[in-house]
Amino acid sequence: MTYSMPREQGLQLLRHMLRIRRFEERAAELYQLGKIRGFLHLYIGEEAVAVGSIPSFTSEDAIVATYREHGHALVRGTSMGTLMAELYGKATGCASGRGGSMHFFDASRRFYGGLAIVAGGLPVAVGLALADKLQGRARVTGCYFGDGAVAEGEFHESLNLAALWKLPVLFLCENNLYAMGTALARHQSQTDIAAKAQAYALPAETVDGMDPLAVETATRHAVEFVRNGNGPYFLEYRTYRFRAHSMYDAELYRTKDEVAEWKRRDPIMTFEQTLRTARLLADTDLQNIETEIATEIEDAVAFAEASSWEPVEQLTKNVCTPKT
Amino acid sequence: MTKITYREAVRIGLREALQRDPRVFLMGEDVGKYGGTYACSKGFLDEFGPERIRDTPLSESTFVGAGIGAALGGMRPIVEVMTVNFSLLALDQILNNAATLRHMSGGQFSVSLVVRMATGAGRQVAAQHSHSLEGWYAHIPGITVLTPATVTDARGMLLTALHEPDPVFIFEHAYLYSIEGELEEGPPAVDISRAAVRRTGKDVSLMTFGGSVWKALAAAAQLAHEGIEAEVVDLRVLRPLDTGAILASVQKTHRAVVIDEAWRTGSFAAEIAAQIMEGAFYDLDAPVARVCSEEVPIPYPKHLEDAALPQPEKIVRAVHRLLGRG
Repeated sequence: MTYSMPREQGLQLLRHMLRIRRFEERAAELYQLGKIRGFLHLYIGEEAVAVGSIPSFTSEDAIVATYREHGHALVRGTSMGTLMAELYGKATGCASGRGGSMHFFDASRRFYGGLAIVAGGLPVAVGLALADKLQGRARVTGCYFGDGAVAEGEFHESLNLAALWKLPVLFLCENNLYAMGTALARHQSQTDIAAKAQAYALPAETVDGMDPLAVETATRHAVEFVRNGNGPYFLEYRTYRFRAHSMYDAELYRTKDEVAEWKRRDPIMTFEQTLRTARLLADTDLQNIETEIATEIEDAVAFAEASSWEPVEQLTKNVCTPKT
Repeated sequence: MTKITYREAVRIGLREALQRDPRVFLMGEDVGKYGGTYACSKGFLDEFGPERIRDTPLSESTFVGAGIGAALGGMRPIVEVMTVNFSLLALDQILNNAATLRHMSGGQFSVSLVVRMATGAGRQVAAQHSHSLEGWYAHIPGITVLTPATVTDARGMLLTALHEPDPVFIFEHAYLYSIEGELEEGPPAVDISRAAVRRTGKDVSLMTFGGSVWKALAAAAQLAHEGIEAEVVDLRVLRPLDTGAILASVQKTHRAVVIDEAWRTGSFAAEIAAQIMEGAFYDLDAPVARVCSEEVPIPYPKHLEDAALPQPEKIVRAVHRLLGRG
C-alpha cells in the first residue's frame, strides 16, 4: 500500500473505520446483555469498503444499502446516538425504532435503507436513478449489496435495465465470499463477479476491499464516471467478514485458518501501519482518536438508554401516510 | 352520456394523467411500440415520447422495484404489469418494499406508486393467465387495492390513485376491456374510499367487485322476474374496505351472497363473510353464502372454464337456497 493522500484525509479514514469497529463491538456486548435483539449483522472486517466509498458521494446523491449497513450509515453522517437508539428499538432511533439493525433509514441524508431482502435494493436503486435521469439531475445512486445477491434474478434484471437505459447508478458489490454460509464457488458457476457485470455491457472492475485507499480511488473515479452521464458502473470490492453471519453461527462453512489468514489483512491494522510508515500517525494521534470514539459511543449508549419506547397506542402509525 | 369501452376508459384516464402532471410516466411490458397488451396505451409513444412511455424488459420484479425507486425520487410512475399471474414475480418488491418502506423507515419515506394489472378469467387463456389474486393483495397493510368495474371507475380511479401518497394497485378484469358503458358526468377523479350500490333491493345483498359485478347484476335481473329484489353492492375498494356499506346493506336485506372469482378457500369473500358475522350477525335471517371459483386451476375448454367460475345462474341458485326456494 503506497500512501498518497493528505494526512487529515488519511486520519479520517482510520477514524471512521475505528468508529465502525468500536460501535459494533459495543453493539455485540449490548446484544449479550439483551439490550439489542433480533438479528445483528456485524460489518467487522469489511470497514474499508464503506469508509473508502461513501465519502465519494455528495449529500444530493442517494445510498441504498443492505442489512449489514451500520458502517454505511455511520460514514454517511447519521448520528451514532440515533443509530444506537434504533438498535435498541427506541422511538428516537433513525427509523423510530421500527426497523432495528437491518433497517437504518435517514431521509435527510438520502439513505434509503437498510433493506434486508437480498438483491431487493437493486431495483429500487435503478428507480431512484431513473427519477434523477428523468428530472435532469446530476445525481448518482450508490447501491450496495453482497456476493449472495448475484444469484438473485433482480441482480441480473437490474444491471440489464440500468445499462439499457444508461441510468446514473453505481453498483457496489461487497464480496465477502459467503452468501451467509455458502461460499461463492459453491453457488456460482462463474465466480468472477465483475465479469458477470461486464456481460450486461457496463464497465466493471475489481477492487481490494481491505484497502481503504484502493476503495477510495476506485469509487471516486466510478462516481465521476456515472455523474458525467456515462451510464452505470460496477465495482466489486473483495473483502471478508471476520465475525459470524449474524451474532452467532458455528462457522462450519469455513476454516479457522482461512479466517486467520484474512485477519492478517485487517483493514484497520494494515492502514494504521501504512500511516505509521508514512510517519503520519503517532501513538498520541491514535489515543486521541480512540478517546473521541469511546466518548461518542458512551454518549450514544446513554442516549439510547435514556430514550423512550414508542407508546403502544401508536402501533399502527406510519403504515399509511396520514390524510391531510 | 357517452358510451365507450372499458379499454377506452382506461386509455382516457392514462392520457389525462400524462397530460396533467409531467412527473407521471408509464412503464411496463409492451406499453410503447405494441400499444399495450390490451391497447390501453395505443398511440402514447408518439404522443408522449419514449422518456415517458417506457417499454421494459420482461423483468417484473425490477420494473416494479424501479417504480418504487422512481416514486421515492419524486416521480409519479404508473407501472403496468401484464397480468396478475406475472405480478407474482414482483411480489417481493410489492410486499417487502412498496408496502413496507413507510413503516420500516419510521414514516420518512412514502411510495407514491400506481401499479395496474389485468386480472380474472373468462377468455379461455388457461391456468397461467386467468387467476384472480387481488384478494391476496388486499391482505397487505400499507397499500390500497382498487377493482374498477365500470368505465367511470376505470378512468377515474386511476386519476385519484395518482394523488395518493402510498402505493395503489388497480386490478382491471380482462373480460371487461371490451365491455361498453356510459361515462358518468362529473369530475373525472372519483372517490376511492367507498363501495357503491349498483342496484337497490330489499330481499338479498349481492356483494362483489370487479368482473363479477356484471354477473351479479345479470343475476339480479333474473331474480327480479321472480319478484326477488336483490341489491348489488360493488365493493370497488378491497383495501381499505368500506365495511360500513357492507353492513348497511345487510341490515336492510338481512341476507347476503358474496361473489368472488378467486378460489373459495381463503378467498376475499371469506373476509366479507367474517365482517358481516362480526358486525351484522343479529341482522341476518340466513347464513352468509358464497359463490366463488371451484378449487381448480382455470381450465382451457370453455365448458370447463365456465363451470369453474361464478356465473349468474350459480348466484341465482345461491339466492334461492337462502330464501328457502332451493
